[in-house]
Amino acid sequence: MTPQQNPRDDTRFTARRALVLAFVLAGASALGWAVFSLPLDASGLTGPALEQLAKSGVTNPVTAAVLNYRGYDTLIEIGVLLLSVLGVWSVAKADTFANPPPASPVLWSFLRLVLPVMLLIVGYLLWIGSFAPGGAFQAGAILAGAIVLWLLADAGRTPLPRAWMLRVALALGLVVFIAVAVGVMLPGGKLLEYPPAHAGSLILLIESAALVSIAATLAALFLGGRLANDSDATNSAKPQKGAR
Amino acid sequence: MKLDPVLLYALAGVGLFAIGLYALIAYQHLLRKILALNVMGSGVFLFLIAMAYRAPGPVPDPVPHAMVLTGIVVSVCATGLALALAHRVHAETRQMKLPDESADS
Repeated sequence: MTPQQNPRDDTRFTARRALVLAFVLAGASALGWAVFSLPLDASGLTGPALEQLAKSGVTNPVTAAVLNYRGYDTLIEIGVLLLSVLGVWSVAKADTFANPPPASPVLWSFLRLVLPVMLLIVGYLLWIGSFAPGGAFQAGAILAGAIVLWLLADAGRTPLPRAWMLRVALALGLVVFIAVAVGVMLPGGKLLEYPPAHAGSLILLIESAALVSIAATLAALFLGGRLANDSDATNSAKPQKGAR
Repeated sequence: MKLDPVLLYALAGVGLFAIGLYALIAYQHLLRKILALNVMGSGVFLFLIAMAYRAPGPVPDPVPHAMVLTGIVVSVCATGLALALAHRVHAETRQMKLPDESADS
């Protein structure tokens, strides 16, 4: 570590930082005043959201907002998840487990206890999302947590799934979402305008595919780069140490 | 005057945003900057959730909640990308900070 990177140096309170602090405090005061002057009884979009709930295919208004009213946002957002993995893959190779630590029996025993429960919760959250708080994002986060725990316990001893399988899992959510969004146009609807009779099943279909992609995305981000067994990885971005 | 809980949480969100903004500008270390961005994001999420509870009745406004729900996953992915970029910067320059352009050329 070079002297400039000494953490103690980095936290010194300099004149420059005092200036930054003054500007930030001024900005925060302005923001706080703006928040303070907001009306406290604004209902926002609660009314319209609840009125249309019967036609949305689900009874949980948050899920209706995520996948029906604001489906366009969520579609783009699933694309953002895919882009983040592509970004990580273009700058790094997965070397998290280049030197695997010795197997930990404690971690394995713990995993045997929690992994089945986690998978049960994933399925439950995915299903309950239509009626109560839950859904693909929460379930995907827990599934990713389960995968990360397994990766930590296994530490690279078991070969990872083939790269194309990971690619399919990563893209599945976006592909299914786009297919449904465009598919509802065939009977004469508009983009993402689910027919009310089938809205519930279509939302569950999108959520199931999104669950796989969200979990795969988060797990791929944990691995921190393109897999070593990826056939396209030969000409990729291995950091050139000391190149510059 | 009694401070409304909604207002308290919203102002706490503004406070978190300000703390994160200060750290983002003031510190050079890339991990500090990434953590600062996350603190700023948490402030925005707290603000949005608090604002949703302004709606009268038992059901809070679902639209800000939906935005926070998707926003959390996006912020995690952005953090992952930022960490990968920071790792690459460290591999290239052996320093955990952005190169000083004015000093280089």
